[in-house]
Amino acid sequence: MDRKIRVLIAKPGLDGHDRGAKVIARALRDAGMEVIYTGLRQTPEMVAEAALQEDVDVVGLSILSGAHMTLVPRVVELLKQKGLDDVLVFVGGIIPDEDVAPLKALGVRGIFGPGANTTEVARFIVEQVESA
Amino acid sequence: MPQARRSPRQLVDSALTGDRRALARLISLLESNTQAAAECVAHLHPRAGRAAIVGVTGAPGTGKSTLVNELAKAFRRRGRTVGVIAVDPTSPFSGGAILGDRIRMRDLSGDDGVFIRSMATRGSLGGLARATADVACALDAAGFAIVLIETVGAGQSEVDIARTADSVLVVEAPGLGDEVQAIKAGILEIADVLVVNKADREGAENTVRALQAMLDLGAAPRAARHHGQVMDVADSSSPADDDQAPAWRPPIVKTVAVEGKGIDELAGAIDRHQAHLAASSEGAARRRQRAAAELDAILRETLLERLRQQVGRVGLDGVVDRVASREIDPYTAARSLIDG
Repeated sequence: MDRKIRVLIAKPGLDGHDRGAKVIARALRDAGMEVIYTGLRQTPEMVAEAALQEDVDVVGLSILSGAHMTLVPRVVELLKQKGLDDVLVFVGGIIPDEDVAPLKALGVRGIFGPGANTTEVARFIVEQVESA
Repeated sequence: MPQARRSPRQLVDSALTGDRRALARLISLLESNTQAAAECVAHLHPRAGRAAIVGVTGAPGTGKSTLVNELAKAFRRRGRTVGVIAVDPTSPFSGGAILGDRIRMRDLSGDDGVFIRSMATRGSLGGLARATADVACALDAAGFAIVLIETVGAGQSEVDIARTADSVLVVEAPGLGDEVQAIKAGILEIADVLVVNKADREGAENTVRALQAMLDLGAAPRAARHHGQVMDVADSSSPADDDQAPAWRPPIVKTVAVEGKGIDELAGAIDRHQAHLAASSEGAARRRQRAAAELDAILRETLLERLRQQVGRVGLDGVVDRVASREIDPYTAARSLIDG
């Protein structure tokens, strides 16, 4: 069985800052994962549909526009609608402290801000996926 | 990790009745190369064979992904459903991969008549992944009328696609200094349709002329040496005698994929090639060749696996050590392993 961990890295919303998403994508590739990178300005619908078609274990959302409290709940809801409740969701970007708890309550399992150690992100994913 | 809880049979049945989630899981299973994957193919194989399998290959930067995006839209406008397989390389260092072809395919989102799947090569070298043919079979059986396969795009030695697709598009772009590269790599020999993308750029006419000249050079024996090194045409289709249809000469289609220019002409050229395959003996010859190549690959893999199990990890390691220390040569070692 050579099942690889498959991760969708998506940038929902309108900000054009994709550096963080690319750094994470590369770090996860270097950790042996298959990373599907979808580029800028994805709608929540596009993210959920790509997650379904690509049969990913993990969805990483990079949001720096401040719209995370709108976009993340929508993505999580669409994933549920498509029967992808078992997909691990994590968020990266600029997330104020007070939003962390509500996002976690939605089912987001990891939140990584600027300066997060990429090795730790990779380790977090491996641990979460293997314990699932 | 999402697991296929359903039996292979159930998964195939769901995937073939329009359950997209089941199709996605089925593809993962096919990629994982297990007994269950083989069982899935056993159920898929008799139900496939209707789709037009179209390969898209060419050097990096020629615009393959954008072209696939536009082609898929063109076929959708013609009322046909489209499956896309986009292959990107696995890093030989980490075993991971970044699959980025969806970036250029965002237009196709939200259309139930389209299914896109990114695949990593996972160690295969011919421009496709080991399971690409099986995944194409799954999309075919699931009812997609067109299956577009985008290869890695190393630009050279990507002949695997000729063994997997019915129609092969070779994409060139002006200004890449590609002419000699193309001759060298033998990539033109596998082309059924030549595409000069980015045709609004300077030098496009030169690229078209160079391709034209190369086609002229190879025109006479073309039908016979089609897919020269991989295709056994001598006995199955002597081109002129029993064949009513004239030999196929690859058309050269100019496109500007980012503007959608030339795409309808390209879709038309693909349809004409499909019609040619159906009308001539070449279609049957290719199907046979594809079956032979698939069987060959599976036999190789199965026999190697069986041998590995017979000899065992320790036994194999011992022989490797003896070869490494030049105690015996690799050919003698291989023979002794096989003969026991």
